[in-house]
Amino acid sequence: MTADGSLVWDGGLVLLPDDRAPVSAEPANASEPAERKRAAWMAAAQAGDRRAYERVLADSVALIRAVARRQGVGTDALDDVVQETLLTVHRVRHTYDPARSYDAWLSAIAGRRAIDALRSHGRRDRRELHDDIALDQHPDRDDASMDAERRQQARRLREAIAQLPPGQREAVEQLGLREQSLAEAAARTGRNAGALKVNLHRALKALRGRMHGDS
Amino acid sequence: MPKPRHHALIDVLGAELVPVRRLLPPWLRTLGWLALVAVFAALLFVHYGDRPMLRRWAGAPDLAWAALGAVLTAITAAWAAFALAVPGRASLWAWLPLPPALLWIGASGLGCLRTWLAPDTSIATLHQSADCLVFIISFSIPLSVLLVWLLRRACPLRPVLTALLVGLASAAASACLLEICHSYDAAATDLLTHALAVLIVVVANAAMGGRLLSR
Repeated sequence: MTADGSLVWDGGLVLLPDDRAPVSAEPANASEPAERKRAAWMAAAQAGDRRAYERVLADSVALIRAVARRQGVGTDALDDVVQETLLTVHRVRHTYDPARSYDAWLSAIAGRRAIDALRSHGRRDRRELHDDIALDQHPDRDDASMDAERRQQARRLREAIAQLPPGQREAVEQLGLREQSLAEAAARTGRNAGALKVNLHRALKALRGRMHGDS
Repeated sequence: MPKPRHHALIDVLGAELVPVRRLLPPWLRTLGWLALVAVFAALLFVHYGDRPMLRRWAGAPDLAWAALGAVLTAITAAWAAFALAVPGRASLWAWLPLPPALLWIGASGLGCLRTWLAPDTSIATLHQSADCLVFIISFSIPLSVLLVWLLRRACPLRPVLTALLVGLASAAASACLLEICHSYDAAATDLLTHALAVLIVVVANAAMGGRLLSR
């Protein structure tokens, strides 16, 4: 049994919990024309066709999730991997060569982002929960030094938030600290929900990097 | 359906879409980098001429083999780095520079044996070896910088491995250039100098590459 709840048998067969789709994004006989379609959409997107771009990104989500699951990413982190992969695809879309496989190109990016997510979760897990020695030696909850440490961490977090670019800071304040819904925050700030979501995502990534040193 | 969950992000990325210029194929980008090496070589040939080099090669053919190995190592390592910087390309590319690197190191190693078998050959002193080190590193730096700059246009998903190839390519290219104006035969100190210079460039690139090349 792995940490994400999947059962791994000796032959490498992976049984996934009920809410997960099989590893392949689509049936084998349908995959080739579908891949050609994605390749054509991406080629059009490179030329600036927004409709084709949105189609290929939407069509890529299932494949990214399949790759991330195959790498062992837990259900709770799948959406993070999808978002990180889509952002990377956006940055490096000029590297896709339409003469080659789109799925291989996307899978390589998704696989890398999945490994990043696993490493980042692994580091956090080790720091936070699974270090038995650290747990044994950890002071009691009521310890005065614990309070001081918490205050120091809160101060560091406030400083890190203050250093974020204005758009990202706004997203953290509205969505994270004031716990407003996307619609409320969008109405309050005059930004669209998508932009707020992207800003929040980028801000959380930056904050994670600054607080844990794993940017 | 996972699609609606990422709809907002896809929408934002679609809105940010602009046409992009596709990356040139790795072999063509390799030629671009080699053009700079060729310019350096041409300048050195203008200054030193080809006679001293050819005379040394006639006297010690293993030096010519080592130079051929270094030239091929520079070409294949740069090609492998450009190929690996495109997502979806096979990681087998990383092995491409291995055979020429073995020829380079093997033939240089023969030079060491020759100094034991024929002690009359003029051996590079420690001072001269230090000059070689400075030469190799001072050529490697601009060559590495250019390679890193070109590679950052792509998407190196294995930054440390790519950086290793950058180090190998630029150190091998510098060793080729040194061959044009090298006035003494290969000796143990000479080989060690090359190895040290390669190591410095590789380690410096690998240390920086983790951040410089990752996307």
